[in-house]
Amino acid sequence: MIENLLIEIFIGITIASAPLIFAAIGELLVERSGVLNLGVEGMMIVGALLGFVVISHTGNPYLAVLAALVAGMMIASIFAFLTQFLLTNQVATGLALTLFGLGFAAFAGRDYTEVTIDLIGPIHIPILSEIPYIGPSLFSLNPLIYLAFFMVYLVWWFLFKTKQGLILRAIGDNHDAAHAIGHNVVLYRFMAILFGGAMAGLGGAFLSLVQVPIWGEGMTAGRGWIALGLVVFASWQPFRIILGAVIFGGITVLQLHAQGFDIRISAQYLSMLPYLATIVILVSLRMRLKNKTNRTVPNCLGRIFHSTT
Amino acid sequence: MIKLIPRAENSKAMIILSPIIALTLTALSAFVIFLFILDDIAVSSVFFTLFAEPLLDSYYFSELLVKAAPLMIIGLGLSIGFRAGIWNIGAEGQYVMGAVAGGAVGLYFYNVEGFWLLPLMAIAGIIGGMLYASIAAYLRIKYQVNEILVTLMLTYVAVLFLQAMLQGPLRNPSGFNFPESRMFHDSAMLPIIWEGTRLHIGLIVAILLSILAWFGIKKHMFGMQIKITGSAPRAAKFAGFDDNKTVWYSLLISGGLAGLAGLFEASGPAGQLTPGLPQFYGFTAIIVAFLARLHPVGILFSALLIALSYVGGENVQIDYNLPSSITQIFQGMLLFYFLACDILIKYKVVLFKKNN
Repeated sequence: MIENLLIEIFIGITIASAPLIFAAIGELLVERSGVLNLGVEGMMIVGALLGFVVISHTGNPYLAVLAALVAGMMIASIFAFLTQFLLTNQVATGLALTLFGLGFAAFAGRDYTEVTIDLIGPIHIPILSEIPYIGPSLFSLNPLIYLAFFMVYLVWWFLFKTKQGLILRAIGDNHDAAHAIGHNVVLYRFMAILFGGAMAGLGGAFLSLVQVPIWGEGMTAGRGWIALGLVVFASWQPFRIILGAVIFGGITVLQLHAQGFDIRISAQYLSMLPYLATIVILVSLRMRLKNKTNRTVPNCLGRIFHSTT
Repeated sequence: MIKLIPRAENSKAMIILSPIIALTLTALSAFVIFLFILDDIAVSSVFFTLFAEPLLDSYYFSELLVKAAPLMIIGLGLSIGFRAGIWNIGAEGQYVMGAVAGGAVGLYFYNVEGFWLLPLMAIAGIIGGMLYASIAAYLRIKYQVNEILVTLMLTYVAVLFLQAMLQGPLRNPSGFNFPESRMFHDSAMLPIIWEGTRLHIGLIVAILLSILAWFGIKKHMFGMQIKITGSAPRAAKFAGFDDNKTVWYSLLISGGLAGLAGLFEASGPAGQLTPGLPQFYGFTAIIVAFLARLHPVGILFSALLIALSYVGGENVQIDYNLPSSITQIFQGMLLFYFLACDILIKYKVVLFKKNN
């Protein structure tokens, strides 16, 4: 019995952390290019809605995931256009994107609050999923969870193993120098922002297609902001995103199980845990770094670039 | 090809024109959206309900002022921090904590009459908001933790805390287990300044505060300090300005004002503590602050504008069964356009033909 519970908790953690991994890994790439997009929450909720709408009409999970991805990119392109071409303040524009996204999703999703869908279920990898303990916990997961982990690897590979990744990091650290040697700062950043939007959209879709079979206007519940915190926690290193997301997922699952066990604390206090944990995680990071400055912060993060030549 | 050429000096004309252009673009976009979503209703009549009716009907106008008051108070506090580059994004949380703290005082002295009660509640509300914001200030100074994330996370915590309080110690003992507090008694309610409406003294407080803030920023050293810290951090260091002080003041002022706004909402229009108290004012006030370009007197006007969209949005919901979330879309769009149009101030947009 206890084994089953442990496996259940393990799977629960992967499900709770996957949307954060998606959103955070996208934002990580964006920030590595020197752009701070605070619109993650807004992009996530739009992705969640569009994924839900498409699956409720077509029943096709592939189309739904694709729709969420494209929706995230579309709304991110507003941010990209404003910050890259019209040189707007990134903090303000990102906040506007979140407010706009939440409003848009609430408005466009008003006819879907009563609808339920079939969730995207886990896949069972042949043979491997038969292995006791390891099989059900590692090889019978939701396909999107494997995708989330793969995206982390992909971003790491892109940033540190490809020439374009090197250029992107250079742009994030010194856009004037990168521009001077002939790299297209705006193009790289635009692409990075679109990628960030796609990943946030996917993260949102995970909520409405895998976690719960319904749509609600507040369903992201701050996960976009938590993802932003995870990027800082990860010190802009891709694989550390997984660590942060798993800690967060663990706390979420713990809180749900504690509510089930009839512990005499009101549910609201338990629900606070993930948010408080995010703060604690950020503080603990600084305690680890002591007084050293965080050298991995992209130098140009949030700064506006405009070339006169 | 379009090219942006930096201006030697900010364009004075564009400082005034750019918000007007942004407003026009928002109205045009709203028009197009309505053309798409409305089937058998005239767009003009929806426009009238949305933008004109709240100004023409005296009751709706009073409601507009009721909604503008908290936006003014919160927006003022936020603008001070934003000038210094301190991003308190969680005013909503401080607003809730102010309402809980001040409301708890009012409930503690339930049925005790006295002129001292309201000021006491207001002070408790301010302190509640300040203490809550000070968490972010402390963590930023001691551990360099980003205040955007901390204030936001704490907003979710505050909303849950309000719910927990309303199911626990602050619940109405004779309220059939509804998660609501008692209705405040007379001494704990804000005086009404317009007979027959819900318009309370908070509006006057907001106007006084904005004048105070205007003087503070113009005449006081601290105003200078936050301005320079925000626009030229290195220069501020050389001038010997204390960074930590700026962080503390910015967050304490914005938190305290948000707390006051929360208490005003509880002991004004709501008349009790309910789970429905957080109404997104804390977030909308961010838009208000930006639309005013962080100018304390400008905030009075931008708050009125945003309040207009709130009241108009509620009216179209009632009259035409359109969701009120449409106002949130318009507010977001307005901020987008506004930020975009600001480029006209610093840059000249030049069209030219490409020739080698």
